[in-house]
Amino acid sequence: MSEAATATVQEAPPEARTVIEVRDLVTHYGPREILHGVNVDIVEGEIMVIMGGSGSGKSTFLRHLMALQRPTSGSIKILDHDVWSLSQKQLFELRRKLGVAFQSGALFSSMTVGENIMLPLYEHTKLDRTTMEIMARMKLEVVELSGFEDLMPSELSGGMIKRAAVARALIMDPRILFFDEPSAGLDPVVSKQLDELILRLRDAMGMTICVVTHELDSAFTIADRITVLDQGNILFIGTVDELRSSASERIQNLLNRRSEEAEIDPDEYLRRLTGDKEEAEGMPR
Amino acid sequence: MAEGSNQNTAQSAFGRFFDKVGRTSISGLEEVGRHGVMLVESLYWLIAGPRMSQPVRLGSVIAEMMEIGVRAIGIIGIMAAAIGAMLAIQGIYTLKVFGAEGHVVLGVAFSMVREFAPLITGILVAGRSGSALSARLGTMKINQELDALEVMGINPVRFLVVPSLIASLVMVPVLTFMSMALGLYAAALYVRATLGMTMAAFFDQTINVLSLDDLMHGLGKAAIFGVLIALIGVLNGFLVKGGAEGVGKATTRSVVQCISAIVVTDMLFALVATF
Ligand SMILES: Nc1ncnc2c1ncn2[C@@H]1O[C@H](COP(=O)(O)OP(=O)(O)O)[C@@H](O)[C@H]1O
Ligand SMILES: [Mg+2]
Repeated sequence: MSEAATATVQEAPPEARTVIEVRDLVTHYGPREILHGVNVDIVEGEIMVIMGGSGSGKSTFLRHLMALQRPTSGSIKILDHDVWSLSQKQLFELRRKLGVAFQSGALFSSMTVGENIMLPLYEHTKLDRTTMEIMARMKLEVVELSGFEDLMPSELSGGMIKRAAVARALIMDPRILFFDEPSAGLDPVVSKQLDELILRLRDAMGMTICVVTHELDSAFTIADRITVLDQGNILFIGTVDELRSSASERIQNLLNRRSEEAEIDPDEYLRRLTGDKEEAEGMPR
Repeated sequence: MAEGSNQNTAQSAFGRFFDKVGRTSISGLEEVGRHGVMLVESLYWLIAGPRMSQPVRLGSVIAEMMEIGVRAIGIIGIMAAAIGAMLAIQGIYTLKVFGAEGHVVLGVAFSMVREFAPLITGILVAGRSGSALSARLGTMKINQELDALEVMGINPVRFLVVPSLIASLVMVPVLTFMSMALGLYAAALYVRATLGMTMAAFFDQTINVLSLDDLMHGLGKAAIFGVLIALIGVLNGFLVKGGAEGVGKATTRSVVQCISAIVVTDMLFALVATF
């Protein structure tokens, strides 16, 4: 290939660059097929929200997007790497470009908040302790938790744990950030703060962000595009406006109704009992 | 008709029994296989880790040694002394029948060094650390901390398993050596008090009857117990499913499996060594 041709390839327009490409993804737990051939492209700099009733395979799908789980068939390309044809070493290097804030926060309970955030630096770089501490404090600043670095995770509230988890996810300056149910178990005010943080990360750092949630409100606030999963199939991919205006009864129903076979999430159940607004609106008239 | 259905249920009960035996042995084999895989994986990370910039941290190994070894010194010391004294008491009581109390040293020295020191140390470490390992890793699993490590590009086996494995491999023999010494010391005290034998005479005789082989037999077993405890503890933790209750079950399973594995291994060693 000529040098000119290579150069043009490299100078391809940066906008609309696909950072995650999922093709015909099929996955099983034991004999049960969970995802039945899913295709999704996630574009650089966008917030992609994955929705669906519980048990529809959102978390499983997210685990594939984060290169944590190997599919039965199909391919996943992250940042132009075909994930499951990489060597173990290359896979480790790829994972360092991904940041994840897990549903429970997943902070290590035996370490302070600061040590938690510094752990990836400590493991992957040769920086000295002072530099690491400064970097950790900078990330804590981003999530508005300055001054909490010496506390243990057990001393933080639910919202603070999630924000600390975001700080840890940010420490290696990842290209793509993942959230699993960021608002689960949080009260509406705190979960709104988290939504604002997610928006700020996209706008200030140009990060690609992928969020799993079943909170409609939160999804409509943060999403550039929404993917709706229904029992392991993709029901819809598009912008918030497209989703809102979608005439499909199934989509509207699915967005509002809990899947019957799913076990009841206690938080959700309590919210329904106390007649929370969005849930009530979703009820069939 | 009633008879026929009875026979049917009897047959299916019979079938179920064999089915169950079959399944249990298969899952037992699977279990052994998993331990083998974990051991190989640990060795892999120990050797290949540094090349992938995933070295096993000396700091973690030392922290684990503190937890598994140093913090267990008190309880294991007391138990070993109690066993040593028990062996002396029982030995003198039995040998009195033949008027051969003087030979008590022989019995105490052999049993303590070859059998009881490794066994009691192994069982106590299993109870303290086997269960703690399962509880810790199980909690980390349900709290998604293991996934978090994985996405941070930190291999959980390298980061969590190898340090525990090394610590256990080193500390169980060290603790066993301490148990031998304390058990013999307690026995010597009792023998001095009842038979009037001096401590020096007791230890002279002990050193005379024991060979290096006996010592190595005890310490070698202890090393194997150490590996078994770490592997069983870790695997039960990794396999936890379903919340805090799952962690509780894994912890119990882990202790029972550790102690069973230790006792069976001990028996096999005795069999092979005296063949
Ligand atoms: N580790 C697992 N082993 C077996 N089945 C699982 C496992 N994780 C999830 N499942 C099943 O797969 C389906 C999809 O689960 P999940 O991806 O967690 O859905 P969601 O996050 O949308 O609630 C569910 O029916 C769930 O019971
Ligand atoms: Mg989920």
